[in-house]
Amino acid sequence: MLEIRQLKKKYNAGPLALQGVDLKVKKGEIIALIGPSGAGKSTLIRCINRLVEPTSGEILFHGVDICKLGTKDLRATRKKVGMIFQEYALVERLSVMENILSGRLGYVGFWKSARRKFPAKDIQEALELLDKVGLSGYANTRADQLSGGQRQRVGICRALLQSPDLLLIDEPTASLDPKTGRQIMRLIVELVQERGLAAIINIHEVNFAEMFSERVVGLRDGLIVYDKPAGNLDSSSLTTIYGEEDWEATMPKLDSEDESCEEVSS
Amino acid sequence: MTSTPKEVERVWKKPPRIKSLGLRVLLGLALLAYVIYALNSFEVDPERIAYGMGRAGKMFGAFLKPNFLARQNYIIQGVLESMAMTVVATGFGVLFSIPLILGAAKNIAPRPVYFLSRLILVVFRSLHVVILAIMFVIMFGFGPFAGLLTLIVNTVGFLGKLGAEDIENINPETLEAIKSTGASWPQQILYGVWPQIATRFAGLVIYRADQSFRQSTVIGLVGAGGIGAVLETAMGRYDYNTAGAILLVIIVLVLLGEYGSSAFRRRLV
Repeated sequence: MLEIRQLKKKYNAGPLALQGVDLKVKKGEIIALIGPSGAGKSTLIRCINRLVEPTSGEILFHGVDICKLGTKDLRATRKKVGMIFQEYALVERLSVMENILSGRLGYVGFWKSARRKFPAKDIQEALELLDKVGLSGYANTRADQLSGGQRQRVGICRALLQSPDLLLIDEPTASLDPKTGRQIMRLIVELVQERGLAAIINIHEVNFAEMFSERVVGLRDGLIVYDKPAGNLDSSSLTTIYGEEDWEATMPKLDSEDESCEEVSS
Repeated sequence: MTSTPKEVERVWKKPPRIKSLGLRVLLGLALLAYVIYALNSFEVDPERIAYGMGRAGKMFGAFLKPNFLARQNYIIQGVLESMAMTVVATGFGVLFSIPLILGAAKNIAPRPVYFLSRLILVVFRSLHVVILAIMFVIMFGFGPFAGLLTLIVNTVGFLGKLGAEDIENINPETLEAIKSTGASWPQQILYGVWPQIATRFAGLVIYRADQSFRQSTVIGLVGAGGIGAVLETAMGRYDYNTAGAILLVIIVLVLLGEYGSSAFRRRLV
């Protein structure tokens, strides 16, 4: 459903952030994108919905090149590509419900959205999603009164209410404590699988990548240097992705964490 | 490492801003010379000061016996005029400032629009209220209409600049998130920008209204209506008792306005 060909991105000041990335994503596939800071993970997923303008290359989404779309078609495509952010990116001063319903902005006209007159079906679905992520009763709470984990749940609802085919997820757990991070990852994977969505998850925690995704892709200096089904990361592949480090010393810990969470990955 | 043969006392002194001693002395002397020269240019005349003191005594003496009643109707009319100017100017100022606020925010406006909006704002802001008032009085004659236009221009300049700065300081990720839902540009402003600046903007508007009222007392002095015009008339007729009354009224109203505006702004969360 998504095929990226020779994607390159050069920022005004600086070298190529992406130096020709090729990536195919199948329907319903959950991909973890790992790599050191500055490898271009964030740039890569932001190119897909053109929050960042690619310099060259093709991004075929359902067979159409996103890079060539005009404003109107781009908006139509963005509706089908949900995004979840590291710092949640909620509108702090709006209520939980308004934040979630903003996922429908692409489907609703200006005046309707200004007066918060969303179709009953959207409101119904939003409330169901709230129940599902465990935030029933929070509809009218202002987003800035929520905890980090709760905010991320709202962010997830907003992205899902777009009824996307693809989710772009940028470091969903980086601002959360380990326990909440795990719960959020589990929730995301559960919801994504339930709806048969494809997802690209940028993530720093290597063990999360192995636990929660089906396929792990490693990005280094703007190039894909690793691409295997989950469960195959070893110290030599970590060296390829991240560079030289005493990986063995931390591997056992990684394994034991895997075990303690077996019920999660199954 | 190398072994130190003897314990040497190590000292530290804050390095001077200007390194060269000669330059420091020279700059000091130049400043002193200019201050002496500048003081001489004022022709301080003791006789005039003494005479002025007498007049000051007369004026302030009259201020202590303010007369509210003699020109009561004019005072009330002036106050009402100033208030009307303030309210109307704030309303139109907000209205006209919105396109400029959006245009002058670097992060949401296209480059050419940004430069044009900034240019307009710079022109509006570089003209002091008194200069504006004089210009509008020349154009449209004496009276509150000239004052109204003055205050509108000033309000637009103020709200435009500070509003645009607020937009430039919004959380960009929130706007990205709204963009990524497929929202149109107006929707992006409505959901991604406006909620982030609304509270501060309301505060700015209130503050600006308060400021407009204070300015309406000044621009009246050059003929642009309001309570200032009444004050100017009273001063011109050497009617210091009425002038004192007007000054008291202005002080009380400005204090009330300031108190009200800050109380209101505190409530905005």
